[in-house]
Amino acid sequence: METKATPSAATRPAPSAVDVFTYDEKIVRMFVLATAIWGFVGMLVGVLIALQLPFWPANLGEYLTFGRLRPLHTNAVIFAFAGNSIFAAIYYSTQRLCKTRMFSDAMSRIHFWGWQAIIVAAAITLPMGFTTSKEYAELEWPVDVAIAVVWVIFAVNFFMTLKQRREKHMYVAIWFYIATIITVAVLHIGNSLAIPVSLFKSYPIYAGVQDAMVQWWYGHNAVAFFLTTPFLGLMYYFLPKAAERPVFSYRLSIVHFWSLVFIYIWAGPHHLNYTALPEWATTLGMTFSVMLWMPSWGGMINGLFTLRGAWHKLRDSVVLKMFVIGITFYGMSTFEGPMLSVKSVNALSHYTDWTIGHVHAGALGWNGFMTFGMIYWLLPRLWRTKLWSQRLATTHFWIGTIGMLLYVMAMYSSGVTQGLMWRAFDEAGRLLYPDFMETVVQIVPMYWVRLIGGTLYLTGVILMGINMYQTIKSAPKELPDPSFAVPKVATA
Amino acid sequence: MKRFIKTDGLHRKLEGWPLVFTILVTISILVGGVVEFVPLVLVKSNVPRIATVKPFTPLEVAGRDLYIREGCNNCHSQMVRPFRHELERYGEYGKPGETVYEHPFLWGSKRTGPDLSRVGGKYPNLWHVRHMQDPRSTSPRSIMPPYAWLLEKELDFDILPTKLRRLRAVGVPYSDEEIARAVADAQAQARAIAADVEANKGPSGLENKEIVALVAFLQRLGMDLKASTQAQALH
Ligand code: HEM
Ligand code: HEM
Repeated sequence: METKATPSAATRPAPSAVDVFTYDEKIVRMFVLATAIWGFVGMLVGVLIALQLPFWPANLGEYLTFGRLRPLHTNAVIFAFAGNSIFAAIYYSTQRLCKTRMFSDAMSRIHFWGWQAIIVAAAITLPMGFTTSKEYAELEWPVDVAIAVVWVIFAVNFFMTLKQRREKHMYVAIWFYIATIITVAVLHIGNSLAIPVSLFKSYPIYAGVQDAMVQWWYGHNAVAFFLTTPFLGLMYYFLPKAAERPVFSYRLSIVHFWSLVFIYIWAGPHHLNYTALPEWATTLGMTFSVMLWMPSWGGMINGLFTLRGAWHKLRDSVVLKMFVIGITFYGMSTFEGPMLSVKSVNALSHYTDWTIGHVHAGALGWNGFMTFGMIYWLLPRLWRTKLWSQRLATTHFWIGTIGMLLYVMAMYSSGVTQGLMWRAFDEAGRLLYPDFMETVVQIVPMYWVRLIGGTLYLTGVILMGINMYQTIKSAPKELPDPSFAVPKVATA
Repeated sequence: MKRFIKTDGLHRKLEGWPLVFTILVTISILVGGVVEFVPLVLVKSNVPRIATVKPFTPLEVAGRDLYIREGCNNCHSQMVRPFRHELERYGEYGKPGETVYEHPFLWGSKRTGPDLSRVGGKYPNLWHVRHMQDPRSTSPRSIMPPYAWLLEKELDFDILPTKLRRLRAVGVPYSDEEIARAVADAQAQARAIAADVEANKGPSGLENKEIVALVAFLQRLGMDLKASTQAQALH
């Protein structure tokens, strides 16, 4: 099927003045498949570590203990699942928004295979115990170097594509992609500076308080520029497409984009409240985190209000259902986040499962559901056939929602319970629960509930996998890249 | 402001200039990081030194790296906050000067198990050996995984001089002599721990196993600060 956007006969210019170009859709298909596969793997590991907490015998020997698998889970879901998902979004939408093919097919392929190789390296080295211990930056230096190289190739490919665009103005999604690509590069390099000891061991150049500051500057902004800005870009492209409505407010997008990008960077120290980090830094972090609420909700409002007058479409569209839950959870976790940054709240929540609940509200709700929505929207378009089963997709939606709610509810109650038990005193002013173990035993039932929730969520992902497989099976054999012809614009 | 964001305003122009746009984004994201990080490095009073805080011994360095390898930091914090209930439960709260030699820092972000920054000297060596081998033997309801292989795997002593040299390159003040003696020092400390374990009817022959390094590291945690408060009490 070829979609030709040729101008009408009256205005059709001479043949030589027509520009014919195609979009690289194969690369998008590759990233979509990788998203689903790694999503399954990463969440399977999530379910395993969720089992290991209430049931220690599930620690299966030296290479598969909780301590080694937890970083594997976080790296797999963040960099492999969410990562491939945003690459799919970027490669699909950038070409269309710029009316041009990606600058270099070879670079796109190197980006894809390089990234998958990095993930495989993570899946091997983390269980082997090669880790820097820095959260979300656990991979050791050779892998870090590979990440930097692949990221630069991606960046060059992306910016050269911008350069050869046929559309004068960059749409808001592109702004968010630019912020993502630049900031992730800066964060990754800044936080990974280390001196190698051997092939898989290094010491960071920073120590103690400074290392903590750099780590959480990185860690918080990994959330910001890997799990938030690219997904906002995704939202700005795919939501209006799916709802067939223009974005609610152009001005709001400008204001919230720049304030989000500027403010996010300051918020890192909220991960270090009441630690040995100097108080001026944590207070600064807290203040900016509270300010962050506004630009975050700017994004949510722009998303939800884009559906004005289109809410009835939700009934029949699993894509829009997914997007609405995703954006709602984005709104919830960006309300909760600033609240958790307030020192008195953080005093209770820090170190407990409340943080884990917050993380997964964002991760399962926002990153997960935005990804699923995008995949269900892309499947029929990329493979040029109908989605195999709408009903199965709707089942995925419900099972995923219920699983996620069970997960976060369990973590909120376990987090608050344990936090309160730690700080409880008896009448004589002694600790009410001096034995730490008592506070652990109390929350083990909640770990089981989380396991059920996580398993349901994973089941949803499996249903999506089946739906994808069947849909792709019914796709036409040949899937040529769509080609377009536009009048040549005289470029100045 | 109005001129900037209206539909055909200045921002619209900016959207046609990817390079300028990218530069502006880069500046926006650099400001916060620079303002927060630079004073932390330049202003010494942000991290007051503590005289009794000394670099780890070679064996403790090895133990610390095992702690990292096993990912203990995923469940245990090493940062007591200045609240009364934490002081009662763990001891003195964490000071900036305590971790000046820690590459990387290991404060953690989740307390699935208790904080460990004050665990040094709290239990005998044998307790740690038993606990790592089978956590249920010392804490019946514990959910911690067993780490029995630590009692079997040989510790890599030979890499210790390289480790100290690399740590010196990033600012830990090891002398040439300490680096030259690293292996011998580590072996001596390992023998002492292994002998203590054996004398208390624990397993024998641990002096070249990984477990002694980990125990050495755990027994060091919090001791430097304790030494400092004791020194202050004397004066
Ligand atoms: C089936 C779904 C999932 C399950 C069962 C699951 C389970 C878990 C468990 C058990 C932990 C460790 C908590 C602890 O240390 O107490 C964890 C941590 C984490 N997970 Fe998941 N997870 C799932 C999906 C995801 C997804 C989709 C993402 C991200 C896109 C994600 C991101 C994270 C992060 C960032 C952490 C570390 C949190 C922290 O350090 O505070 N998870 N997960
Ligand atoms: C306005 C936005 C947000 C703010 C101000 C914020 C703030 C916070 C705070 C205060 C913590 C707890 C730190 C601690 O006590 O250790 C936290 C943890 C976390 N948040 Fe958020 N949050 C926001 C949005 C999000 C979103 C949307 C996601 C995911 C998509 C997310 C993912 C995480 C993760 C992964 C952690 C765990 C870090 C760790 O300890 O390993 N956050 N956040």
